[in-house]
Amino acid sequence: MTSTANALSFPMASPIPLVDIRGLRKRYGSNEVLKGVDLTIARSEVVSIIGRSGSGKSTLLRCINGLEAFQDGTLTVHGQPLQAGNAGAMRELRKNVGMIFQNFNLFPHLTVGRNVMLAPTLVTRQPRDAARQNAERLLARVGLAEKFDAMPDQLSGGQQQRVAIARALAMDPEILLCDEVTSALDPELVGEVLQVVESLADQGMTLVMVTHEMNFARKVSDRVVFMHQGKVHEVGTPDALFGAPQTPELQQFLGRGH
Amino acid sequence: MVEFTFWDIARQLLLALRWTVGLSLIAFGCGSLLALALLVLRLSKLPGAVRAVAGYVQVFQGTPLLMQLFLIYFGLAMLGVETSPLLAASVCLTLYASAYLCDIWRGCVESVPKGQWEASASLALGFGEQLRHVILPQAMRLGVAPTAGFMVQIIKGTALTSVIGFVEVTKAGQLIANATFEPFLIYGCVALMYFALCFPLSLWSQRLERRLRPAS
Repeated sequence: MTSTANALSFPMASPIPLVDIRGLRKRYGSNEVLKGVDLTIARSEVVSIIGRSGSGKSTLLRCINGLEAFQDGTLTVHGQPLQAGNAGAMRELRKNVGMIFQNFNLFPHLTVGRNVMLAPTLVTRQPRDAARQNAERLLARVGLAEKFDAMPDQLSGGQQQRVAIARALAMDPEILLCDEVTSALDPELVGEVLQVVESLADQGMTLVMVTHEMNFARKVSDRVVFMHQGKVHEVGTPDALFGAPQTPELQQFLGRGH
Repeated sequence: MVEFTFWDIARQLLLALRWTVGLSLIAFGCGSLLALALLVLRLSKLPGAVRAVAGYVQVFQGTPLLMQLFLIYFGLAMLGVETSPLLAASVCLTLYASAYLCDIWRGCVESVPKGQWEASASLALGFGEQLRHVILPQAMRLGVAPTAGFMVQIIKGTALTSVIGFVEVTKAGQLIANATFEPFLIYGCVALMYFALCFPLSLWSQRLERRLRPAS
């Protein structure tokens, strides 16, 4: 039961989707978590994935950058099918697909600046000076320029998450996966992170967000995906999904949210 | 009967203490390198690696150090290797240390939150890069106290090597006690010397742990 109202309204839409997921199935032992997911994500599109706990939203997100393996179906990113066993292919994939986690996962033994600089210096072999300048620029972009030499545990949750965003951006990814990035934050800190995410969306970054922030999803997304019991249940523009939910499951989900 | 002054006795014990310290350092140094290799092997998830390393650790944790010393001393001789007590003691203590340190450090690595592996993986870091730059630095901070505690065990374990004829401070104490017929004085001095080695080590590890703790 999917309504496929496609919200690609900008004129230069690429015909080949950036992420192409077909028939994805994933099991944990005997428990099937993803029961055949079909989804495409176009370049510069902002897609929000909503749904109840256990509907498979985070699992789907983690399949896209290979943190979770799937048993059936195909997942293609930028034309390349995901090859879980191939370390070289995964490395290339993850240079293009960044991820931001609910619990920030900053490296606690490194300063904020070194957190942001680490991956470029190791993976893309960026020289130290260039990496440092890039890190300073990115931290300024998320509003934390003065915290370059601070340690992560000296920052608030919202600041840590913004550093995590800068760290993911340091690899210059094509796609950014956001896994409930504000769920672990105090309410007054949520806004500063959402502001940064919104600015990324405005600048044309392809975003796939699992979120419980319905208002934010409605405001920023090009498309919203409602997942239920391991499948894509409804897909549509924010106005269509939030304004006129078609299926009883989505109505109940949103009704509970109001 | 020749009279030995206290200083004669103390000097002989101190000379033998060099061997205790030397053997401890060999065991800890070589054992650490081997333990690190075993740890990386175990973490690499190559087929059979986990079970092989776990089996190796179980062998050394499940048998007394004294038995390991005997088996290696006589085993090496059986293989035709020219086995001095120093060689046998070094080999045995190295293997013993590597097994325990590997297990201690594995526990420390497993204590590093899984999110660190996931974050570094999603930044495209390879396995080796993850270990070297993200996981092991954090695991090290957790590992200072148990590693220093085990170093103390190694120092005390060198005392057992006296039974295969290696002359470190315990053996020297035995020899001198037999010559002077003052066992309590001699062994008391030996115990004080062990304490003088072990206690500062414990204190230093506590200080190091406190200094490294804010990063966790």
